[in-house]
Amino acid sequence: MKQFSLLSRRVAALFLAPGAILVGLFILLPFFWVIFVSFTNRTLLGRTALNPEFVGLQNYVRLFDPATFFTRGQFGSSLIITTEFVLLSALVGQALLGLLLAWLMQAIRPGLKRFVEAMVIGAWILPEVVIGFAWFAFLDYDNGTLNMIMRGLGLPPGDFLLQQPFWVIVIFNTWRGAAFSMMLFNSAFASIPPSYFQAADVAGASSWQKFRDIALPLIRGHVVTDLILITMWTFNVFTPFLLTHGGPAYRTELLSIYNYRVAFRDFEFGKGAAVGVIIMLINLVLALIYLSIGRRKSKAEKEAAT
Amino acid sequence: MSNRLRALYLGLATITTLVTPAFAVDLTVSCRCVEGGANSNDAIFIKTKLIPAFTEKMKAEGKEVNVTLNEFGGTDEQYTQQLALDFSTGAGSDVSGFDGFLVPSFVEGGLLKPLEEVAGPEVNSWEGWSHISDGIKALLSYQGKPYGIAKGTDVRMIFTRKDLLEKAGLPADWQPANWAEILDAARKLKASGVEFPLQLNAGVAMGEATTMQGYWMALLGTGEQVTDENGKFIVSSQGILDTLNLYKTIYVDEGLGDQRAQLLADGRNQSFANFRDGKTALLVEGDYFWRSVTRPDAEFGLPNRDEVVGWAKMPAQEPGKGLRGQDFVTISGGTGFVLNPATKNPAEAWALLAYMNSVEMLDEFQKIQPAIRARDDVAIPNSEFLTTTSQTLLPLTTARPNDANYNKVSAEIQRMTESVVSGELSPEDAMAQYKTSVIAIIGEDNTVSKL
Repeated sequence: MKQFSLLSRRVAALFLAPGAILVGLFILLPFFWVIFVSFTNRTLLGRTALNPEFVGLQNYVRLFDPATFFTRGQFGSSLIITTEFVLLSALVGQALLGLLLAWLMQAIRPGLKRFVEAMVIGAWILPEVVIGFAWFAFLDYDNGTLNMIMRGLGLPPGDFLLQQPFWVIVIFNTWRGAAFSMMLFNSAFASIPPSYFQAADVAGASSWQKFRDIALPLIRGHVVTDLILITMWTFNVFTPFLLTHGGPAYRTELLSIYNYRVAFRDFEFGKGAAVGVIIMLINLVLALIYLSIGRRKSKAEKEAAT
Repeated sequence: MSNRLRALYLGLATITTLVTPAFAVDLTVSCRCVEGGANSNDAIFIKTKLIPAFTEKMKAEGKEVNVTLNEFGGTDEQYTQQLALDFSTGAGSDVSGFDGFLVPSFVEGGLLKPLEEVAGPEVNSWEGWSHISDGIKALLSYQGKPYGIAKGTDVRMIFTRKDLLEKAGLPADWQPANWAEILDAARKLKASGVEFPLQLNAGVAMGEATTMQGYWMALLGTGEQVTDENGKFIVSSQGILDTLNLYKTIYVDEGLGDQRAQLLADGRNQSFANFRDGKTALLVEGDYFWRSVTRPDAEFGLPNRDEVVGWAKMPAQEPGKGLRGQDFVTISGGTGFVLNPATKNPAEAWALLAYMNSVEMLDEFQKIQPAIRARDDVAIPNSEFLTTTSQTLLPLTTARPNDANYNKVSAEIQRMTESVVSGELSPEDAMAQYKTSVIAIIGEDNTVSKL
């Protein structure tokens, strides 16, 4: 089969070259550099800054040292916090809330629907730093809006950022990200032919039955896409740092924040690079799992169709 | 190599001197100082006195210079972070404010160069060196070479609210003789309605302020230091345990201090606000607290500071049990300014640094903020507080180890205190964790266990 082409291969390569050089320089090179640095004890300060040594797998072995693995402020504890954070705020929070919002909005007037959508999307399009500070101002113990309301109502004020820091970042991330899932499910529901629901209405189906038996099976592919994206985003999110700085006592130190602390506060570049490589591998595994689920599903659908 | 460099710098300096009449030289100074904010007086001094006078002086010598001050508004830790990243990429201000304890790790990391290597041999012929004592010169030196010029030194003590002490039935010139008397006073103050009577810094958020103002001040009272006489870091000892138990008593067992102020990101300011608002009566801090924080016109200032703020020496755990068998303890550090090794105008940058530390300029600085300056030919201002505290405390003082590993270990100390103060770990477990972490960072050979 002869492929049609506008340009000769050589000219095409010439045009590609600047882009390829940039990608190589700013994406591929740092990528391999990080992997290389993770095998050294390189730091920014101190003796090992000028004379880093090759230490093999030492950085990795130390991260997984069972004696300190579960200690708060260490890699393992950070990994556990991140996993809980992803499960609660991305899967339960964002995906479920987004699905619920999208489904409920199928039934309301278009004007109201657009208003609700605008509000939810507002949470999503605002810059991270702005909402980080907005939430900090909302939850602050002494002068926070929430506590002013609580005091106004005669309720005891809560020290949310110190007492329930983990739940604060879970709720924050749910609030932040539900809009994306909602929009995605909204358009998925819109792609279902209305006649399906009309037929179900004639048969006397309840809303839950329509959701379970018609809508959900038809948008399964969208659900998978949504879960892939939000899991990976939540896994790598850094914004909670603006609320809690990973504290108090590392109780909200997600992997991304842990990585930042090791590399750019403690200036342990070697160890930080090792953490970065592991985060990357975890993301890779997540992506592969989801992709394989998606592939299996489309295969099954194809077989069912024939 | 260093000769070639020197020749290069000399050459550069000559070229710039020849060229400058036509092209103005831009110089930047940075410090953690903001007019109206932290270290406000430093910013005012640099902007209103130093820069105009220096520009004038250089003009008289036929050089056009534009000096700008970068006022850094973040915390000490963020400033350190900025410096490290700037210097590692050849960026940053030509003359930068610097905390002396960071010099060894920056030097070992190749981020700082000795003054004479940056600005040439004329550094050594500066008239000021003969007026600065070796001890103060050492604050910004490493292995005998100066990297900058210190502003002076400081001492640490317990600041007291005399009005609150009297209300609780304690003498206004209260002076505890051991830790138990501090705790007793705190209990009495608490009973008289002071919410968080005693504050001893802990936690990660406060950074070096935790280690210097909190941990060291207690640890020295047990007769120990962070390193032993051979310079090895002590990772487990009775002194560490006693210090952690003191923290536990204050914050966890008896609620004598404001635990939140030690855990929050802006906790140090919270502790200042508590003191100003009469919620804290005893606060362990450096003389910076008097000079800068409680000044009547400052953010956390007290309008009647001279009447209500007193001070007491920090006692050892028991009389005679402190470092070198002392009854009372304190520790000193020092900040100053260094030359950025990547400066494009080393000669002018040095001229600025030297002029900043000339008698003429320091006398101007004294008018804005009286302090004990590094030079012996700058008159000590007529301030009773500064005179008495320095006369009483300087003979008792000690300094942090001049060791490239110190600030890493210090970060672990901050973590250790935080886990105790937050109630997360027992003192024993926190110390065990400290031991593991420090050994992992600096190697077992550089540490010693005393238990």
